[in-house]
Amino acid sequence: MRAAVRIAAGAYAIAVYGFIFLPVVVLVLFSLQSTSFPIPPFTGPSLRWYQAVLSDARLTSALVNSLLVAVLFSLASASLGFLSAWGFARFALPGSALLRGLITLPLTVSYLIIGMGLLVLFNWAGVPKSLLAAGIGHVVINLPLCFAIIYSQMGDHQINIERAARDLGAAEWKVLLLITVPVMAPAIFAGFFLSMTFSWDEFVISFLLTRFETTLPVEIWNLLRSGLNPKTNAVGSLVFAVSIVLVVLFELTLLRRKPA
Amino acid sequence: MSVAGTNGRALPWALVTPALAWTLLFFVLPFIAMGLSSLTAHEGGAFTLTNYSQFFTDPSYWRAMVNSLEVTAVVTAISILLAYPFAWILAEQVPERWQRLALMLAVLPFWTSYVVRSYSWLLVLAQNGVINRALAGLGLVAEPLQLANTRFATVTGFVHFFVMLLTLTIFANLKQLSPSYRKAAADLGAGPVRIFLHVVLPLTLPGIMVGAFLTFVLCIGDYITPQILGGNNELVMPQLVMMQIGRRGDFPLASALSIILMAVVTVAYLACARWLKIERT
Repeated sequence: MRAAVRIAAGAYAIAVYGFIFLPVVVLVLFSLQSTSFPIPPFTGPSLRWYQAVLSDARLTSALVNSLLVAVLFSLASASLGFLSAWGFARFALPGSALLRGLITLPLTVSYLIIGMGLLVLFNWAGVPKSLLAAGIGHVVINLPLCFAIIYSQMGDHQINIERAARDLGAAEWKVLLLITVPVMAPAIFAGFFLSMTFSWDEFVISFLLTRFETTLPVEIWNLLRSGLNPKTNAVGSLVFAVSIVLVVLFELTLLRRKPA
Repeated sequence: MSVAGTNGRALPWALVTPALAWTLLFFVLPFIAMGLSSLTAHEGGAFTLTNYSQFFTDPSYWRAMVNSLEVTAVVTAISILLAYPFAWILAEQVPERWQRLALMLAVLPFWTSYVVRSYSWLLVLAQNGVINRALAGLGLVAEPLQLANTRFATVTGFVHFFVMLLTLTIFANLKQLSPSYRKAAADLGAGPVRIFLHVVLPLTLPGIMVGAFLTFVLCIGDYITPQILGGNNELVMPQLVMMQIGRRGDFPLASALSIILMAVVTVAYLACARWLKIERT
């Protein structure tokens, strides 16, 4: 009976892993295809489609745009998130719970609706579509995440270090820069890296709010119109690789926080 | 525990104001703009309720909402049914030291680009894609099956995503469950089936509900998966919204449809919140 359960459980787990990994394996495998269609039979391995991606000016400039938007606006998300988390954790503010709720509210709304709202607002205000407009939207979705991560890591032991610094005569800005930021660095980086992964992958907001210069997911979307194509597989595999690096950085920074 | 700063009241507000201002300017204000826009006519901009009445009277709009709700319900149900045993296996059958690795592997594809993940299902499901080639190779089908551009494809793409999400929430819940509950039930003479139905399942229901709610919100608001995998045969609400913007530049109608979509999510949230509260007391 025990053994039967174990075998059934093992088979089930393998089936689910198979389902979860099937499209990813197919994507990466056929990015190495040497002929022009990403379908069986597999004719590779060949790196020609990666070469094609890296020599495609539209894709490489979109890749640079994506990285720039992700880095700059994740910096903004992490900074705003950190300052507000510190403010709420250290000082009693009237209506604190309500205001914290307001900052985290965008988490409950779909990206499509956030993008739509900004599109309507910018359209009325005469703000043209641009990477900046899309980046503003990225901060809207990532600020709540950064805030939640950093706020949850603000413990009591840091209060004592800050108090000690104040007792020794440090000004508030010195406490913030020399004590709190270094002590909270893992949480701040975790927020930053998580924000980077989401911003780097984000599609709908960038699709709605950019026009001429755009991000990689939007360019990939444009590539899809040309049908199945190993070049799309190659660029998709590259995006996946970057995301994995960011996630690993996120895990490492957040895990280091906890004493093992 | 709060510390009165030397600068009195100004400092704390200086800290929280940038984040609050950002949220008000770029989240609350756009929402108000969208609300106002939804009440204006596409031509001329006069005040009107036609954008909303159109939704309730035009059967093709209704159809999109029904499609959205059907797809979301099916995806949520299948995802829970697939994820629960998987989470249970990871929590109970996998040795402790391998659990973290097993879980990380299970959510790894989560981090492929969202657009790319839907596209890679297309490679699997296309006319001459991996599945059809495999079936033909085995001599099981004479003609390739129409798998892509169907509701089946949309559901498959969604389930792929949400099985990973639900596995995470249910796994967390199972790990929090103290083994003493199960021991107590066993000591009192309950068999494995009764222990599961009367002890484990009710105690993990909050985790299932949180996961189900997340699935609902993310699934009903998603444009990419239905657009890439479902094609244009059966439109869902986000596709309808994007169509108003892309083809017709009709922001007021798109705004009204977005607000209706948000209202549906809010109702689901209230239903879940109420249910969870009752469950806890």
